[in-house]
Amino acid sequence: MLRARAPRGPRARPGEGPRRRVPGALRRGLTFWRRSIQARVVASTVILTAVVIAVVGWLLLQQTRDGLLDNRVKAVTAEVADEVQEANTRLTSASGQDVDPSVQRSDLTELIIARGATRGYGVVVAGPAEEGVRIAAGGTVRSSHFAATSVPVSLERHFDKPDAAMAWAYTSIVHTDNEDQVVGHEPGIAVGAQVHLPADGSTYTIYFLFPLEEQANTMSLVVRALLTAGTLMLVLVAGVSWLVTRQVVTPVRMARRVAERLASGRLQERLRVSGDDDLARLATSFNQMASNLQRQIRQLEELSRVQRRFVADVSHELRTPLTTVRMAGDVLHDARRDFDPATGRAAELLQKELDRFETLLVDLLEISRFDAGAAVLETDDVNLIDVAHRVVDTTRALAEQRRVRLEVDAPDHPCLAEADVRRVERIVRNLVTNAIDHAHPDGDRSGIARVVIRVAGDDQAAAIAVRDFGVGLAPGESAMVFNRFWRADPARARTSGGTGLGLSISMEDTHLHGGWLQAWGRPGEGSQFRLTLPRRVGGSLRQSPLPLVPEDAPEPVR
Amino acid sequence: MAEHAAGAMDLATKGRVLVVDDDASLAEMLTIVLRQEGFDGRVVTRGDLAMEAFHDYRPDVVLLDLMLPGKDGIDVCREIRAESGVPIVMLTAKGDTVDVVVGLESGADDYVVKPFKPKELVARIRARVRRNDRAAQESLVIGDLSIDVAGHSVTRHGAPINLTPLEFDLLVCLARKPWQVFTREVLLEQVWGYRHAADTRLVNVHVQRLRSKVEHDPENPEIVVTVRGVGYKAGTA
Repeated sequence: MLRARAPRGPRARPGEGPRRRVPGALRRGLTFWRRSIQARVVASTVILTAVVIAVVGWLLLQQTRDGLLDNRVKAVTAEVADEVQEANTRLTSASGQDVDPSVQRSDLTELIIARGATRGYGVVVAGPAEEGVRIAAGGTVRSSHFAATSVPVSLERHFDKPDAAMAWAYTSIVHTDNEDQVVGHEPGIAVGAQVHLPADGSTYTIYFLFPLEEQANTMSLVVRALLTAGTLMLVLVAGVSWLVTRQVVTPVRMARRVAERLASGRLQERLRVSGDDDLARLATSFNQMASNLQRQIRQLEELSRVQRRFVADVSHELRTPLTTVRMAGDVLHDARRDFDPATGRAAELLQKELDRFETLLVDLLEISRFDAGAAVLETDDVNLIDVAHRVVDTTRALAEQRRVRLEVDAPDHPCLAEADVRRVERIVRNLVTNAIDHAHPDGDRSGIARVVIRVAGDDQAAAIAVRDFGVGLAPGESAMVFNRFWRADPARARTSGGTGLGLSISMEDTHLHGGWLQAWGRPGEGSQFRLTLPRRVGGSLRQSPLPLVPEDAPEPVR
Repeated sequence: MAEHAAGAMDLATKGRVLVVDDDASLAEMLTIVLRQEGFDGRVVTRGDLAMEAFHDYRPDVVLLDLMLPGKDGIDVCREIRAESGVPIVMLTAKGDTVDVVVGLESGADDYVVKPFKPKELVARIRARVRRNDRAAQESLVIGDLSIDVAGHSVTRHGAPINLTPLEFDLLVCLARKPWQVFTREVLLEQVWGYRHAADTRLVNVHVQRLRSKVEHDPENPEIVVTVRGVGYKAGTA
C-alpha cells in the first residue's frame, strides 16, 4: 500500500489496442505509425515523460513515507516512555503497602488498557520475563480486539531478559472480534517496555500497539494526488508535443501534397510562403524548383510541338511532289514499250525505285510519329492465328518468288490479345518478310527453305514466333537487329528492298502495346523472332506462351 | 458551236473531274493521267476560285486538296455539299489525323492519301461516277421511306429527302437486303468499291450523316440500325 505505482501514460500508439484482433487494423496502424512523424514524436515524448514522472513520483513517495514514519515513531516512543514512567511512579508509591501481586498487576494492566482504548492503541502485557513464557503460549493480558500475535517475535526476543531497554518495531497488527476470530490486519508500530512489579518482584513486559491508519490514509492521499498530477502532466505533454509537431509537420505535408500535384502534371501548383523562417525558405526553394521544372517542361513541350509540326509539314511537302513524280513514273512505265530498250529500262528502274522511296518515306514518317508520341492505339480483341494466316496470304507471292515455304503452327483454340490489329499485322508482316529475306543459308537459293510461324496463347498473353533456318545471328546481334538502319553485314547487298526501318517500327508498335519483341539467333542455325502481347492493354507480362529459343535448336556448344 | 463542242466532249469522256489543288505540277499531272483514262479534267489552284469553277464547269467528281490558299479545303467541301450532291474525293497528305474525319464530316465521300498510286485514284473516281451507268426500274421500301432507284429519289409520305449520291447508294444497299447484316468491310466494297480492307471510319461517318437526314431521332435510329460488333442493317420498323 505504501509502494508508489508508476503512473502509466495514455497509449500513444494508435491502433495498438485492436492490433491483436484484426490483422488489417494492425497493418493500418503500422502504416500510420511509419508514415506519421507526428505520431512518433508525440509517442516518444509521452513515454519519456511517463518514465520521468514515475521516477520522481517514486522518490517523492519514499521521502514522504520515511518522514511520516519517523515522526510517528518519535511520538509513540515518547508516549510509551511517559506511560511507563507514570506506571512505575504509581507502582513505586504503592510499594509501601502490602498488596496482593495479582491485584496490583491487574490494576496496572487495566489502567494501561483503559488508557490505550481511549488513545487508540492496543496493549499486550506478557508474563514475567524471568519465567521465559512466550506470548504465543498464552498467559497474556491484552486489549480487546487486539491479538497477541501482533507483537513481532524479534521484539519479544529483545525482552527475554529483565531490565531490557525500551524498543520498537514495525508490525502487522492483527484485529480480532469478540470471539477471538481474526478479522483484519493493519500496519502498525509495536513498542515494548518493562515494568517491575514490586508486589511479586517480577518484571512484566508491556507491548503497546500503535496503528498507522492515519499515516496510511495520508500516504494514499499523496499517491492519489501524484497519480492525478502525473496523468494530467502526461496529457498536457502529449497535447503540447502534438501542437508543436503539427506546426512543423503541417507545412511539410502541404509541400508533399503540392509535390504530388506537380508530379501528376499540375505544374502551376505552388506553396504558400508566409514569414521568413526555415519552413518559409523551404517553401521558397520548393517553388523555385517547381518554376524551373515548369519552364523546362514547357520548353520540351514546345520542342516536341515544333517537332510534330515539322513532321506534319515535311509529310505534306514531301508527299505532294512524290505523288507527282509517281504519276509521271507511271505514265512513263505504261509507255515503256514505245521507248528504245535503254529508256524503257530506265522507266522500269524509276518505277521500282519510286516504290522503294515511297515505302521509305512512309516508314520514316511512321518513326517520326512514334518519336513525337503521336501514335495512338485503336484496340480490339485480335486472334493472332487469324493475323498469322492473313500475313501468310499476303506474303505468299514474295515467298514463292524466293523459294520459301511458309508454315503456320497454331493451336485449335483462338489466341486472343487486346491490340490494334493494323499494327499487329504490320509487326507480323515485317517479321515474316524479314524471315523470308534471311531464310536461305548463305544466300544459297538452290533448295526450298522453310519459315515456321508458331502461335500460342493463354489467359495472360498471346505470342507469335517466326522461325527461319537461314544464316542466323551472331552473338550480340539479337539486340542490334531492332536498331534503325542496322545491317548484319554492311558489305552485304540488300536483297529485299526493305527500308531498314521495319524492325524498328515493329519494336515501337510492340512498345505501344506494352508487349515484348525479342530476337534469338545463332550463326548457321537460323533465328527466331518472338512477339508477346498482354491479353489486356495495360496488363503486365510475366512470361510468354512461347519459348524464345526454339525447341528444335541444338544445345550450344560450350 | 461551243455547245456542240461541249456536247461532243461529254460523249467522248467518261466524266468531268474538277481538280482543286495548290500544287500546279501535281494538278497538271492529274489531268494528264485522267485524260489517259478517258476523263476530262480542269484545274483550280486556289480555294477561293473553286466555287466559281464548280458552277462554270459542273463536274461529275471533285478532287479536293485540304490545304489550299485563299480558302480552306474543308470550307470549299461544305459549300459544294450545300448546293450539290456531286461526289467529292479528298486528297490528303495526312491519312491518320483528325483531318480525314473532319473532311468526311464536312461532306466528302471518300479520300486518298498522298502519295497515291494513280490507278488507285482512278478506281476511286470510277466508283463514284459508275452510278450513272445503271438505270433499272426499281422501287424499295425501308421503314416509312420509299426509294425510287432509277429516279434517284427518296420520299417520306410524299415529301422528298435530299441525299447525296453516296448516301443514296448506302441506303439502297441496305434496303435491297433488309434481312442481311452488312459489315463495314462489305459496305466499303459494295458502296465505295474497295476491294481490299480500308478505313472503316468512312462507313461510320457516312452512316451518321445518313441518319441525320433520314431518321426521326438520329440518337435512336430505326432505319439504319447498328448491330453491335458486326455492322449495320436496315431497320424493320
